[in-house]
Amino acid sequence: MLRPLEPVSAAARVWLGIAFFVLFVAAWSWATFGGYVTKTFLADPLTMVREGWELLTKHGFLHDIGMTIWRVVGGFVLAALVAVPIGVAMGTYKPVEAFFEPFVSFARYLPASAFIPLLILWAGIGEAQKLLLIFIGSVFQLILMVALSVGNTRRDLVEAAYTLGARDWGIIRRVLIPSSAPEIAEILRLVLGWAWTYVIVAELIGSSSGIGHMIVDSQALLATGQIIFGIIVIGLIGLVSDFLFKAANRWLFPWRLA
Amino acid sequence: MSKLRIEGVARTFAPARAGGQPTLALQPVTLAVADNDFITILGPSGCGKSTLLRIVAGLDRATTGQVLLDGEAVTRPGPDRGMVFQSYTLFPWLNVADNIAFGLRERGMPEAQRAQIARDWCARVGLTGFEAHYPKQLSGGMQQRTAIARVLANDPKIMLLDEPFGALDNQTRALMQETLLDIWQRDTKTVLFVTHDIEESIFLASRVVVMSARPGRIKADLRIDLPYPRHYTIKTSPEFSQLKARLTEEIRVEAVLAAKGH
Repeated sequence: MLRPLEPVSAAARVWLGIAFFVLFVAAWSWATFGGYVTKTFLADPLTMVREGWELLTKHGFLHDIGMTIWRVVGGFVLAALVAVPIGVAMGTYKPVEAFFEPFVSFARYLPASAFIPLLILWAGIGEAQKLLLIFIGSVFQLILMVALSVGNTRRDLVEAAYTLGARDWGIIRRVLIPSSAPEIAEILRLVLGWAWTYVIVAELIGSSSGIGHMIVDSQALLATGQIIFGIIVIGLIGLVSDFLFKAANRWLFPWRLA
Repeated sequence: MSKLRIEGVARTFAPARAGGQPTLALQPVTLAVADNDFITILGPSGCGKSTLLRIVAGLDRATTGQVLLDGEAVTRPGPDRGMVFQSYTLFPWLNVADNIAFGLRERGMPEAQRAQIARDWCARVGLTGFEAHYPKQLSGGMQQRTAIARVLANDPKIMLLDEPFGALDNQTRALMQETLLDIWQRDTKTVLFVTHDIEESIFLASRVVVMSARPGRIKADLRIDLPYPRHYTIKTSPEFSQLKARLTEEIRVEAVLAAKGH
């Protein structure tokens, strides 16, 4: 039956994955419908679905979802545009690495959420503050991971390229970047997940729209069904973006699967 | 005039720890390679033969001495000294044709011309039909064929091979040796081929250079007068056996020394 590292069939994998969700909802229903948890603290699944539907149809929740997605994507794209070139430069040239690495390693440990009060002072509670928070939360992580990936490029590939006549720019453009591109894509996928955490935190603290804003409003109304619905929506969007990223990677890097 | 001159090239590696003893990997080596020579450098593992080849390639620097190619000192790697490595070094993200055309593209050759040359070389190394395959889809032997084609497409002055067939099974290795000889005879390239396989060194070479155990130096330099084209059956001829017996003796002494030293 269960053997270490024994592969599982595709069908069994899907069913097992679904089984956990079923179990989870069953446990939730048992706790709520069975009256073991009061409705004030935890809505039952049906209430959650009904309140979610009302959110979408009557309270313009789609607009909130759109705002949140735009903030995440905006802040994340900005961070990636800055981080990837710096990371590649650090991975390629050791002096550049020596210059940036200590600061970036330090900045990486600064909790992004702790910047919120400062960012509100600087940029108010508008969009700039949210984008900046996501930027601060992602950019340092991205830089370090990209630099590491580029720096780990197989030396023998670089040497082969040299003996084929490549000069520095050719090494960067035709060896270092393509060889670490799949890993960079994977890093972007990972850090995008973290960016979602930052955007919700930003919206919880000072915002007039977005999924996080809805969640805070619902708390005031004790509408736990809405809160859970919001959390589930975030999870679903994460799942979809993850799927899109993976599909894009398969399409961009066919040589890895060949 | 010699094509390639290795003049008193020695290599010392810095100690791993501060205050440790530096390691002498290569004693001063002097070797003149004539145009169209096929030289195999034979030696026990760890004797510095790969280090010597890397210095010729410009991937490593000589501590003393210098390497001259057509009278010009080697200071950095370049396309005039194409190298085939023991490890598989095809670019995994490029298909066979693009791997072969890597150096040509680096030179800025137009695409149509590149594709033509890549196709020709695919055919010459027996890879027709595999142009669009990625390295991952190829066997070890096919990857090394591609690696050889990739170097030759660049039309180097000298071709350097560092135990290129070391990771292949015996049958594949024998086939690869014949392919390489075939190409060398038709294209008359100058070749420097490092190996620890005695049979391989005789079968391929017009000249075998034997190196001693670490720190390496040249201890024998043997002309191989077996006629070309060489058929694999030559490996069972009396002349071949004689050469093999002699080289086995030379290498054995060194291998014993190497085993004692480590």
